[in-house]
Amino acid sequence: MSDEALKELGDYIGNALGAAVVKTEVAHGELAVTLTRAALFKGIQFLRDDSTTHCEMLADIAGVDYPDRAERFEVVYNLLSVKHNHRIRVKVATDEDTPVASIVSLYPVAGWFEREAWDLYGIFFADNPDLRRILTDYGFEGHPLRKDFPLTGFVELRYDAEQRRVVYEPVKLTQDFRSFDFLSPWEGMTDVQLPGDEKAVIPLAVRPAIADKR
Amino acid sequence: MATTTVATEAGLSLSAPATQGEVQIKPLTMNFGPQHPAAHGVLRLVMEMDGEVVERADPHIGLLHRGTEKLIEYKTYTQATPYFDRLDYVSPMSMEHTWVLAVEKLLGITPPKRGQYIRVLFAEITRILNHLLNLTTFALDVGAITPALWGFEEREKLMEFYERVSGARLHANYFRPGGVNLDLPAGLADDIAAYFDTFPKFMADLEGLLTENRVFKQRTVDIGVVSAADALAWGFSGPMLRGSNVAWDLRKAQPYDSYEEFEFDVPVGLTGDCYARYLVRMEEMKQSMFIIRQALDKLAKTPGPVKANDRKVTPPTRGEMKRSMEALIHHFKLYTEGYHVPAGETYTATESPKGELGVYLVADGTNRPYRCKIRPTGFSHLQAMDFMSKGHMLADAVAIIGSMDIVFGEIDR
Repeated sequence: MSDEALKELGDYIGNALGAAVVKTEVAHGELAVTLTRAALFKGIQFLRDDSTTHCEMLADIAGVDYPDRAERFEVVYNLLSVKHNHRIRVKVATDEDTPVASIVSLYPVAGWFEREAWDLYGIFFADNPDLRRILTDYGFEGHPLRKDFPLTGFVELRYDAEQRRVVYEPVKLTQDFRSFDFLSPWEGMTDVQLPGDEKAVIPLAVRPAIADKR
Repeated sequence: MATTTVATEAGLSLSAPATQGEVQIKPLTMNFGPQHPAAHGVLRLVMEMDGEVVERADPHIGLLHRGTEKLIEYKTYTQATPYFDRLDYVSPMSMEHTWVLAVEKLLGITPPKRGQYIRVLFAEITRILNHLLNLTTFALDVGAITPALWGFEEREKLMEFYERVSGARLHANYFRPGGVNLDLPAGLADDIAAYFDTFPKFMADLEGLLTENRVFKQRTVDIGVVSAADALAWGFSGPMLRGSNVAWDLRKAQPYDSYEEFEFDVPVGLTGDCYARYLVRMEEMKQSMFIIRQALDKLAKTPGPVKANDRKVTPPTRGEMKRSMEALIHHFKLYTEGYHVPAGETYTATESPKGELGVYLVADGTNRPYRCKIRPTGFSHLQAMDFMSKGHMLADAVAIIGSMDIVFGEIDR
């Protein structure tokens, strides 16, 4: 779909849902709609049932962690309309304590995707009938995909010959975890005026003249 | 059936014999897997059985969880590609395909035509590779051993093409953002063409073994029927969705990498049962063969580079590095720091052999992805296991798992 058509679709959703829509944006040929948390269920129900949007399939639910934000988590729903051949991305923000409405009753496939977001991020979905952990081990503690969860984790497994079972132990690193910082300091210097930089800047008055010559 | 049986409450128990000699059977909780040949990897299925009939199936997944998404957040974009091979290790290059398309979308680069055709060529070889494994092990699950023996031989030949082009039979790491790593080696195109001259014969043999086989049909027809509406609601994709009579193929609907230039049909099944899914996959292999022939034709007519001519993303050739200082610097920078992807986000999906494989990629302008959510195909299929196997016999549950095309590398990530 072209960007204009997506923009139209975004405006249509904005008009229909009114205050429930925080923001719509079109980037890279994809439409993203940010909804308020309170209106999430109704919003997705509308996107599913309305004849213009008609998203009969939920492709994916992804959690994202932005620790700097006031509401650190973002839940991203990727909806697909097989009939109209378009995708709509719905986003909603939440934090550790605030539950998000579950959409299992709209899309049964959401069940496991919500379990996964709960398991990996600790995003709580109200009314999900079966919100167990899914990918991590039985009895796992913590939510591993949060940005403040270390890559190495906290515990490691080992088979103990004496106890004849697998035991958990605090993780021991034989070498320090190495995280290389590749962010070049020079790229941060773009806004800084160093002595002599003013020579590279073409005075405003001259600019139109040069543009004409080209 | 050599399934390990764990009875919760002593399994079968007879009620007090005083009451008219009736036998009361308590529901039996049974543990299917995680080490069972028909579990296709490490599936642990906790089933509540009423005699031999499945009442509830609760798949426990995550036994192969390696934290791929977390690891990718700590790697550069180049280093993340090999992790995708290890998702669905039965169709490695298709996994890479989604990733490189997502990165290319954010970078705003397009590979040259030859690179795109090579990717199509290998994506379709991968599709055959995947379906060969799935269909033959599916047949193995329902009692036919010969297809597996024949299929693995053909798989080995196809993996030789993998090896010749990338150096690895399985974990190829061949697709790269901006194209593919290297051009096809001399003679490979001819050998692929020659191989696919013999392939119809193999397909006919395989069909002869299975399609009208009475035992195979008894085990698959009317087993695990899914309606079109259910398939959409449960997020099915790929042959699972097409088997339920929904003509949806991302290669047609949302073409990527010049798929719009290729002619092929999208087969659909009418009945939505295990047999329909088998037929769909069988036909898809033939269609893939047509696409491969077209791709080889196009490749013969399209010489040129195989990766985008953008030195800030694609590394220079070895020969250039020996002569040009700039090329050497670029090479060094690309393999240490990597490239910086402009901030943005995308959900990119491709039609992998198993269905829609999506990547939700959030870039923050650095050389590492901020978030990379992989949308696995088998995840939603396996979730439907409960409703698909309800009321079926235990042995049918095996057939349903076989027809789902489950690979745990991608489900557990």
